[in-house]
Formats: sequence, structure tokens, C-alpha cells
Amino acid sequence: MPANPVLEVRRVTKSFPGVRALKGVSLTVRPGEIHALVGENGAGKSTLMKILAGAYRPDGGQVFLDGKPVHFHTPHEARAAGIGIIYQELTVAPNLTVAENVFLGSEPRKFGFIKDTAEMERRTQEVLDRLGAEFKANRRAAHLSVAEQQQIEIARALFYRNRILVMDEPTAALSDRETDRLFDVVRQLRADGLAIIYISHRMAEIYDLADRLSVFRDGEFVGELERPEFASERVIEMMVGRRLEDFYKRNKMAVGDRIIEVRDLGDGERVKSASFQLRRGEVVGLAGLVGAGRTELARLVFGADKKRTGDVWLDGKKLTIDHPLDAVRAGIGYVPEDRKLQGVFLQMSCRDNIAMNILGRTATLGVLNFRSINERANGQAKSLRVRAASLATKAGGLSGGNQQKLLLARWLEINPRVLILDEPTRGVDVGSKAEIYGLIQQLVEKGMGVLFISSELPEIVGICDRVLVMREGEITGEVGGESGMEINQQNIMKLATAL
Amino acid sequence: MIRELPDQAQAYRRSTTPPLKAMATDNPAQAAPANNVAHREMIRGLIQLAGMLPVLILICVLFSFLTPRFWSVGNGINVVRQASINIVLAAGMTFVILTGGIDLAVGSVLGVTAVVSVLVSLMPGISWAAVPIALLAGLAIGVATGALVAYVGLVPFIATLGTYTALRGAAYLVANGTTVINSSISFAWVGNDSVWTIPWLVIIALLVILASAFVLHRTVLGVHVYAVGGNIQAARLTGIPVSLVLLFVYGVSGLLSGLAGVMSASRLYSASGKLGEGFELDAIAAVILGGTSFSGGTGTVFGTLIGALIIAVLNNGLTLMNVSFFWQLVTKGLVIILAATLDKLRTRGQG
Repeated sequence: MPANPVLEVRRVTKSFPGVRALKGVSLTVRPGEIHALVGENGAGKSTLMKILAGAYRPDGGQVFLDGKPVHFHTPHEARAAGIGIIYQELTVAPNLTVAENVFLGSEPRKFGFIKDTAEMERRTQEVLDRLGAEFKANRRAAHLSVAEQQQIEIARALFYRNRILVMDEPTAALSDRETDRLFDVVRQLRADGLAIIYISHRMAEIYDLADRLSVFRDGEFVGELERPEFASERVIEMMVGRRLEDFYKRNKMAVGDRIIEVRDLGDGERVKSASFQLRRGEVVGLAGLVGAGRTELARLVFGADKKRTGDVWLDGKKLTIDHPLDAVRAGIGYVPEDRKLQGVFLQMSCRDNIAMNILGRTATLGVLNFRSINERANGQAKSLRVRAASLATKAGGLSGGNQQKLLLARWLEINPRVLILDEPTRGVDVGSKAEIYGLIQQLVEKGMGVLFISSELPEIVGICDRVLVMREGEITGEVGGESGMEINQQNIMKLATAL
Repeated sequence: MIRELPDQAQAYRRSTTPPLKAMATDNPAQAAPANNVAHREMIRGLIQLAGMLPVLILICVLFSFLTPRFWSVGNGINVVRQASINIVLAAGMTFVILTGGIDLAVGSVLGVTAVVSVLVSLMPGISWAAVPIALLAGLAIGVATGALVAYVGLVPFIATLGTYTALRGAAYLVANGTTVINSSISFAWVGNDSVWTIPWLVIIALLVILASAFVLHRTVLGVHVYAVGGNIQAARLTGIPVSLVLLFVYGVSGLLSGLAGVMSASRLYSASGKLGEGFELDAIAAVILGGTSFSGGTGTVFGTLIGALIIAVLNNGLTLMNVSFFWQLVTKGLVIILAATLDKLRTRGQG
């Protein structure tokens, strides 16, 4: 018989204005297990996590710890009860030392007021050693890598003797090696008897790590699987609620005339000299390791950064692009890598977010034409299936996948010749991913050329007609198309790493 | 949207905790209020728009009880006339703060342009040009400030701290350290005449609010102002000419400061280098009281109007009650803190 559950969530509901985020979800977590929580963005994972953290109070249902009902009014109470949370956005104070970060808010004192640094560092070091951390307790957090900062948070959780540890997308910013290290630590924690709730979009990690998994969809609990029952199609079907036809299926098209040609483009620093062309109806991938210069190249083409060398030609004419506005006018669109920071206007309505680029075109003497804007935004939102309470809803309230759809809709409205998509499916749920792939297909059918940047190789291999591979600021090769090399992960990796 | 295979989904559902019946009955119940969502959004929008209006009404009611002379048409017009210059300054300030910036120089610009307008009005032959020259001076100063922010890349606080100090000095210099007076000033009607019973000062202030609201809410430029304040990186990457938007908002603030300078000079038939000292703080207070976010991206110019009126009503009511100037300052400060706290509580649930 499995151990008694340490945490039980029963039929918890939570509503926000305009959204029922949780419609009665349940979750049972036992000590010494890694329990994965999966579901699309907007499925209710984060809301449940915030309830466990004491940041929200449930409208209905109950949370039990060791069989006793608990009600957290503040994050402090949740922590005192033994629930530790490691958020996706780390909460480490960069200007403090590791030890100060671990003890933040409950520093040991000498004579009641003097901070006892030596004691803090000694006790922190104990925990760090247990985690196998390679840095000292007296280092400043700012000097540490993201992975190491994350270890500070884990150390903090251990330090408070948390019995339940919730980790939200902990590997989002980690390299492969750092991820392996993290997994070792997580397994160690499991062996120590902690219950770990592991939230992630990366199914491979979950299959690797989890003992059980619970699936959420649209604020409801869909089901629970034990490790032997894990099978990727089944989990994805549970998440999406329908059978996934071949995920990346695309009708490859006859490629048309050349639209854009980039010659010797460079910024003298991170992009040395890049040349490529893009034709009608073509999806060209831009692959490479992190730091290879893919985003930098895209930004140069789009005029977001200053180029030092080279030119961009569109339909055989040389373009002068000094500002993104010039690129937009020429018919080049760019969906940036960091949706929240560079793309979406979180405080503005969905309508304004979609219509941002057509405001001027529909306006008379600069005065907005609300009817036209509403109609067009509505049409785009419908065809892209943006899930929002209404078009007046602020974009900040939407899930990641839906925010991404707003951005795509914004560009589709102006119908560019070339669309550059920079990591368009990062942090996006499986269902929206499939929708985005479908959309790319529609775009090239209309004769658009798509430049597709992604770090997920299966995705690149799946949907691109050709793939350009970058390494250290240069395009080192091409697979697919006329190159004669087959598009597969091995060929791409070879070019990306020069092995 | 994705509810096509309910039977299959239920097959996965284990009989652990959630009883299926409860969930099944749950679904139709939430389909019904879906229609209410838009309705609720609208109500929330209204609450947001009303903003500080309840606070203004509350303060008015309070003063009506505390002092009999407060509640009259004459005093009402008086309050708005006293507020008019701050309303004009605060309207310009709203544009700037909406982009996430600040303009500390509005009081100094008011001083310079007031002195300039009086001096020009004293020059035979071109006295008619007093108002246009003052307005153009304000606009030019504003655009120059905008250029410092947009092209040189100075932080707005620092850029306008510089212009604030320099222009205050310039005001004293232009006035030659004295008060310049013109008792037969050509645009005296601005500060002293009325249409029926409504003073021109009030009419100008309200027109400025209406025009600002029109620009902010009905024009492409207005949406761009909000976009730049909400997410400047996204604005740039979407092809919004961010630098021009910044030139525009600081230009508006300068122009309206020039207008306020003309209004002051006309009201006083004179101007000195000291005129307008500290006005920037009342303007900022009005904008913040009006619910505009200090970090940019959200807020309305109607809110600013309410904010400016709250400050004016406090000044007026406390004076009528014979409260000393010192206590007036203390009260005003506390009310600003209290009102901002209320606003924080009101908007907290909407994060």
C-alpha cells in the first residue's frame, strides 16, 4: 500500500472576474513521490499552485495536509505549514549573498539585533553541501548562474524543512547539463521523503522523472496516471481532449519566386556575415545553439538593431531599414522571442493588441475607426481561436498560448510578405502549438515566406522545408532543399556544433 | 472549444476523489453566465472610469456640512477657476506620465512663458503676438525636452530636472529679477472675462481636457501613447515610431505649460521669475490622484480632471473654514496619501 497522502486537494474551485480558473480540481500527493502536474496553459496549474502557496484563497473545496483541513491566509502560513514553492521567475535578491538569500526575513541575530553572518553562512553551507552545490554560502547571488540561483531557492525550501516542494517549470532556463544536475537533486529530495509537485511542459522530463502524473484541462482534473501507464500519446490526448493527428503534418508546397534576399548582413559582433534567401510558400528554419546569433540575425533583418554590413533585398529591390517601422512598411513582420517583454501590451485590450498595426490604415486623419477595428480584430480572434472572455479583456489575463495568438493576429492583419517567428511555441501549450503549426501552413499557402527560429529540433525538423544552421554568428550550412542533406536532428546538430 | 470526446476524457478520470456527477452538472451552470462576462467587464470599466469621483463627491459633501459658504454656484465656479491652471498643466503631465515619464519642468515653463508673454505684450507693434509667442516657446521647450529623452536617451526625471532648474533661472533672467507688469495687457480677457457666468479660464481648462481625451482615446497617436507606456520594447518591435511619440508627449506638456503661463500672466496682469514655483508637484499629484499609473500605460485624462478638482476643493474648503495655510498643506498631503491608498485597494483585485 502506498503511504498516506501528505497533501490532498479536494474539488477546489476558484474564479476571477470573467474566468473560472478552477472548476473543482483534485490532487493527491504522497511523501517520497515526484508528482507531475501537466496541462495546457490556462488549465489551472498556476492557480492551484498559488492556492497552495497561500497567495490565493479557494472559493470552494478544501486542501488537506496530513488529513487535516488547512486554510492559508498568507504565503507565510503556507510556508510555515511546510509547503515550499519554486517559481519559474526566481525570487533571489541579486545583491545579497547566498546565505542572506536563504535566511531572508528570518536572519539569526546576536543580542537580538546584530545579524549573525557567520552562523548564517555555516548553516547555509550545510544545506548547500547536501545539495551538492558548487558555490559557497558567502557568494553574491548576482555572480551565480540561473541554475545556481535556483539551487538557492531549493536550499531555502530545505532549510525551512518543507515537506512539499512545488516546482514550476524549473528547467525553463537551464542547459542540459544543469537540468541533469537538477534532476539528481530532485531525486535525492524524493529519497529523503519529500513530496514534489513538478509542473512542466516538457514531456520528456516528466517521463524521465515523475512517479505519477495528474492532468488538468480547462480548470478541471482529467485524470491521473501511474508511471507504468505513461505513454506520450495518451497524456497529450488527455491534455488536449482530442486525438492528435500527426502533430507536425504539413503539405509541402511548390516553392515560388524569391521574396527576400539577405546579403552579408552583420553587426560586426554577434552576427558576422549572413546571407540567405526566402521564397514564396517556404518555411525556412533557423537552427543553432543558444548564442549562435539566430535572434540577433532576425533583429538585424527587421531593423531592430543596427547593422554594420550587408543589405536586405525584397522583390529585387534594396531596402533601407533603420527602424522596425521601415521593415513593417516593406512587408516584414517579426514575432519576438520574449512575448511578455517584447510583444504583448499586457495592460491593453485584446482588441488593441491585435489591431495595433492597422490603427493607422483604418483611421481617417488619425482618428480611430472603431467599427473597422472591432470587426477586423473580432475576425482574427475568431479564426485564430483566441480564448478570452471578450475582446475588451486585458491581454495580461490571457494564457501564454493565447497571448501568442494575439501577436500572430497582429501581424496577419497587415498581411506581410515575410514573417519572422522567433521561438513562437516557447512556453505554449500543446494544443496551441498544433494551432500555430496549422497557421504557418495557412500562411505559406497564401504565398508568404516564413523564417522560423526555434530551439526545439523536433519542431524544426517537422515543419521546415529547409533549415539554415548558425554557429558563432555565421550560417554554417543548410539542410533540406537543394543541399542534398536530409533534414534530421543529427545533420542539424553536426552543423551547429561543428563536430 | 475542446470538448469533443467527453466519454474518452471521463474514461481517464479515476474514481479517486472527484465525483463525475458533480462535474457534469457543473458545466451547463457555467455556460449560462458566459453572457454576463461582457456585462461584468463593462461594469468594471465604469468603476475604473469613475475612479476617484466618489472621493471628490465625498469631500464636497463633507465641506457642505462643515462650512455653509461652500455649497453655491458662485463658489463652485470659483473652485474650478482656481483649479484651471493646474488642470491645464496636469493634462499635459498626464500624456507624459502615460508614457512612463515625468515632466518636472512644467512650473518653470509656466514661469518663463508668463514673463515672455507680458514682455511681448509691452512691445509696441508686436504686442498682439504675445500669446502665440508664449505658446510657441512652451512647445519648443517641450519638444527639446522630448528630444533629450527620445534621442539622447536621458531618463525623464533627470532630463526634466535639468530643464526645471535651467528654465527657472531663465525666467528670472528674462524678467531681469523683477516683476514685469502690464496693466493693459492685450489678452486680459483670458484671465478675467466670462461667457455668461463662466470664466474663460474654466472654459479653456475644460476644452483642454476634452481635446486631450479626444487625442488619447480617439486617435492612433493616443493608442500609441498608451502602447509606449505599457511596453516600450514591444511598441518599437511592432513598428510604432516611439521617438516621435515621446517628442509628442513632451511637446504637449510644454505647449500646455505655455498656455498655463498665458493664463497666469493674464490673470495677474504681470509675471515674475518666481511664478509657477512648485506647480509641477500639484500637477503630478492631480495625475496620480486621478488614477494614472506612475509606471505608465494606464490612466485617463478625466481622472486627472477629478484629481485636480479634489486638490482645488480641499484648498477652497479649508480656506473657507479658516484653516491655517500650514494645516492646509498637512491635510492636502494626507488626503493624497489616503486617496492613493484607496485607489490601490480598489484596483488590487484586478491584477
